[in-house]
Amino acid sequence: MTSSALSPQARLSGSNAVQLALERARAAGAHSADAVFAESDALEVRVRGTQVDTVSQSRERTLGIRVFADGPGGLRSALTSSSDLSRAAIARLAEDSVALARATAPDPTAGLPADGFASELPDLALFDPADRALTTADWIALAQRAEDAARGFDPRITNSEGASASTAQTAICYGSSAGFAGEYQSASHSLYAQPVAAQDGAMQTAWWASASRTLASLDSPEDVGRIAAERTLGQLGARRIATCEAPVIFDASAARELLGNFAGCLSGYAVYRGASFLREKNGQQVASERVTIVDDGRRRGGLGSKPFDGEGQPTRRNLLVEGGVLRSWLLDTYSARKLGLRSTGNAARHAGGAPSAGPTNLWIEPGAGDLEALLRGLERGLLVTGMFGHGFNPVTGDFSRGARGFWIERGARAYPVEEITIAGNLGEMLANVEALGGDLRFLGSLGAPSLRIARMTIAGA
Amino acid sequence: MSSPNTPAAAFGARFGIGSRELERALGTALEGPIDHADLFFEASTQDSVSLEDGIVKSGDRHLVQGVGVRAVAGEKQGYAHADDITVEALQLAAGTARSIAAGSPRGGTVAVRGPGAPALDLYPVALSPTDVPVATKVALLDAIDRYARAKDPRIVQVMASVVCQQRNLMVAASDGAWVADVQPLVRLNVQVIAQGAEGRREVGYQGAGGRRALAEFLQPSSWQPLVDEAVRLALVNLDARPCPAGAFDVVLGPGWPGVLLHEAVGHGLEGDFNRKGVSAFSGRIGQRVAAPGVSVIDDGTLPGRRGSLNVDDEGTPTGRTVLIEDGILVGYLHDRLNARLMGHKPTGNGRRQSYAHLPMPRMTNTFMLAGSDDPHEILRSVKNGLYAKTFGGGQVDITSGKFVFSASEAYRIVDGALAEPLRGASLIGNGPDVLTRVSRIGSDLELDLGVGTCGKDGQSVPVGVGLPTIRVDGLTVGGTER
Repeated sequence: MTSSALSPQARLSGSNAVQLALERARAAGAHSADAVFAESDALEVRVRGTQVDTVSQSRERTLGIRVFADGPGGLRSALTSSSDLSRAAIARLAEDSVALARATAPDPTAGLPADGFASELPDLALFDPADRALTTADWIALAQRAEDAARGFDPRITNSEGASASTAQTAICYGSSAGFAGEYQSASHSLYAQPVAAQDGAMQTAWWASASRTLASLDSPEDVGRIAAERTLGQLGARRIATCEAPVIFDASAARELLGNFAGCLSGYAVYRGASFLREKNGQQVASERVTIVDDGRRRGGLGSKPFDGEGQPTRRNLLVEGGVLRSWLLDTYSARKLGLRSTGNAARHAGGAPSAGPTNLWIEPGAGDLEALLRGLERGLLVTGMFGHGFNPVTGDFSRGARGFWIERGARAYPVEEITIAGNLGEMLANVEALGGDLRFLGSLGAPSLRIARMTIAGA
Repeated sequence: MSSPNTPAAAFGARFGIGSRELERALGTALEGPIDHADLFFEASTQDSVSLEDGIVKSGDRHLVQGVGVRAVAGEKQGYAHADDITVEALQLAAGTARSIAAGSPRGGTVAVRGPGAPALDLYPVALSPTDVPVATKVALLDAIDRYARAKDPRIVQVMASVVCQQRNLMVAASDGAWVADVQPLVRLNVQVIAQGAEGRREVGYQGAGGRRALAEFLQPSSWQPLVDEAVRLALVNLDARPCPAGAFDVVLGPGWPGVLLHEAVGHGLEGDFNRKGVSAFSGRIGQRVAAPGVSVIDDGTLPGRRGSLNVDDEGTPTGRTVLIEDGILVGYLHDRLNARLMGHKPTGNGRRQSYAHLPMPRMTNTFMLAGSDDPHEILRSVKNGLYAKTFGGGQVDITSGKFVFSASEAYRIVDGALAEPLRGASLIGNGPDVLTRVSRIGSDLELDLGVGTCGKDGQSVPVGVGLPTIRVDGLTVGGTER
């Protein structure tokens, strides 16, 4: 019977758990180690029609330990994690990590960062203490307002997948045997609505969402519901178009998905593995001169913001693509060493995983004007408002995804389209960006403005 | 407690949770106008060892344990979970789940029966894959790396991993059901990058797995074919040409291309979407949704398969559910909630990613029954079309029915014979319509090798798919060439 060791009273605080993990790893013979403790209290509510559909409440704590063990010509490494935070369990976890590391091969590149740790931890406005006063009933009311706004927008909205609100308070505590210890707190809230519209026996659905660190900066539930309804109604009567080549405008939300595909190709891991089509393009023109892409881990209130990364390195602003020229990768310590570079403060890590290199807050710098201005400049072509499927090959840049949106004639939406694909090569697509809107919009940690690509192949009927 | 060698007894011994604790927690969860309450306990171990650049760089091991308590009133579900498996945490979560359903207490008392062992025994694995020594896994990956690099000088990168899971679960419900299961899962992944003329690179992937002993994957005769296939795929794609765009007659190869069924019809037949009336298949039971001869099955009872389960995550025994019979829609996939609300029987498809998630109707192993056509004859029947031999992933819009998926190996068909390989091909269509265009069904039904993972509402679960060679007329192919 081990329940006494598992009782809440025997649990350690985050920083104590991290320090104990490091001590026990060292005692078990580790060369070096780091540990992450993540604690999250979360609530998610969903309403549908006038009824509460689900309310889900959770409290999770996870401790992850990464250890390095001596080996010939390099360090061996392993990673373990557990939600069992008793002293005995942490000791066992640390010992297991060392044993596991000893079974792997030495890697000359492996190891903690030796220096460059974050020395000051700025306030990045990652939470508002006032938001903690909200009750479950308050979150249900927010979701209900979004649902009501969507359902009441138009009689053709006949049904819904529901609207949801979620909130989480998170604490991260990190320490390493190289001498860094730090912690920070954050919050994230989101609102989501997905109505269903019907006409002539065919149904359509589209969603809209807002996410933020503070309630004050969350879009109003009425806006979330209304925009979801507008996007859903816009698709009613959608049809296929004939296969053709045409200019394609991506609205800000679709452009954001393109950026997501591109971000994976900037990761140092994809680059050193030779698994990114950008692998030999550093310093070269990889996009139209209109395109500038920024990653900034210290954007105030950003959903990707944090004072230090998953290895204790300070986050910072990195110019990745400047005027179309590739200037930097996204790097953590390991991938930086593989490429002979230094970490860019982009070690992404959750408590149960090894560091990887990924974006913090990543966006394409906006141009001027709004989506309508971009459309007015288009004689005929396609406006893409949503994409689906996984048709992107990061090794070659080949891109072919399902799409929906509107056919554009003389600068205006002629009719909605669906069941088509748009295809090209992401490198060529970015080189062919002709115009950018001024409507930069973030959802989560990625943001993009609407943009126009000179020509893509559209497959349809 | 019953004999100590059952999975339920193991939970009892490890966490001090027996019939008394279960009945007390379920009683707490029932104190309200509650139709149903259940407890889901999980204690899982996952480990993985991975190789790249010729060395096994890292191993990882994760322990996941916790309990989720659900209280259901009508369509409303309250869910609370804790990463502690203790009597205190259990009571707290039960109270929270119940409080979501406001109203006067009913005063529930529950008597659990059991613990029961599942009637099925689909994965009798003596040695948990997570208990196989790490050194064994390291040796396997080293052998894979050497073998792959020796196969062809154009192979410039080999990435391989062994991922193992041992999932212990126990479910107790307010109707007295009490059952536990131990679910092993193994997956071996091989990915290679080949470099050809002018620095062009292509990737090839092959994997295999299932609820089986890791020992089955350790023999060269079982892993070498995976490496052979990954290397072959990368090399084929080095010579692949850009894919055409437009409507073509398409032949899908056997096995993994069954992902077409998963996306085009499987999701649309999940009970939650149909109960809410938001699926393109809503209200279409008894109607023709596929060509004559097309029968689609979801079967969670296939021994050792990745998508198989002795019981689902609500404790319901899995089964074989006919979804489409000779072209007619005959069934949906159900968890308990949606079955009850629709007046149907649960089909054993209530699944969840972990104790931290609510169960939903999900697929297990989804496949089309074999027909009688000779696969070669099916190819020969196409004048000008596309042969899609294997696929990456797919996605579907349940409500409009539109689906898309991406081919990772495809060829042009000219006059009934395979011509050049094509790259960057995706296929798009309409779920309720695509199977009506099936004009030939091969005799060569194959199930996939055991690598599928399905995502829905943020939850991932392992699944299987299967297909015989089929011909689909007039499917839209999304390429770059006119």
